Amino acid sequence: MNIGIMDFLATSALLFAIGFFGILVRRNTLVVYMCLELMLNAVTIALVAFSRYNGTMDGNVFVFFIITVAAAEVAVGLAIIVALFRRRHTIQLPQLNLLKH
Amino acid sequence: MVDFLFYIFATLTLGSAAMVVLSRNPVNAAMFLIVSMVGVASLFVLLSAFFLAVLQVLVYAGAVVVLFLFVVMLLDEEDKRRVSPGKLNSVASVVALVLLLLGAFSIVISPDLVVPGMAEPRTLGTTEAVGANPSEYGYHLFTTYMLPFQVAGFLLLVAMIGVILVSRKYRDDSEVPARS
Repeated sequence: MNIGIMDFLATSALLFAIGFFGILVRRNTLVVYMCLELMLNAVTIALVAFSRYNGTMDGNVFVFFIITVAAAEVAVGLAIIVALFRRRHTIQLPQLNLLKH
Repeated sequence: MVDFLFYIFATLTLGSAAMVVLSRNPVNAAMFLIVSMVGVASLFVLLSAFFLAVLQVLVYAGAVVVLFLFVVMLLDEEDKRRVSPGKLNSVASVVALVLLLLGAFSIVISPDLVVPGMAEPRTLGTTEAVGANPSEYGYHLFTTYMLPFQVAGFLLLVAMIGVILVSRKYRDDSEVPARS
């Protein structure tokens, strides 16, 4: 067993970076939301790894709360996207520029 | 063996996460999101957080991605007006990605990184896997984390009310929600 905490942290950092890149580069609001979920998951990996290697419980409980908040956030966010689509008939980010002009 | 499993699961997670970003079709992106979530859940199993792994599969693969797929089907945009990311934006994203990776790895590979409460580097064998026991979660949720637990409950209630309010029927192109 040579896997240390650093390997898990590196995985977490990579996953966070991929999600961050996706948020910046994608134009579809739904896919941007999926990338947001990826970033949340990256944080949970880091927290569970810290918790495991320290032999404490706090990180695990924190992940529990993160999952709860993520579920609520996805429900509200998708409802907002549906409402947005009803009014603007698009969910592409470059066309949602009402505040810009 | 565990090392081998770790590399498999990490590759699975990261590869399908990359496919979420790269795939053109939102439905494919949601499917790869499921694979990525399952990969994260298996990493949790390697860290012997079995309860969190089950929760991850149930909540993310079971509820969140289904919700995503439902909304993708509901909106049915079919890329009528396909918008490609602007050149400047793509370059900026790649630069941001590289900067973020550099920053993260400079922290990860720095030798003087000290995790609080962790004097010497520990391995999985030396520490007790407290997260493997589901009753630990119950104990901590109802003692140390009682207040956040209550707040999370209210958060779910508020989110439910908010979703009902936001998704009420609107009149055609009118600002005000229709009175029921």
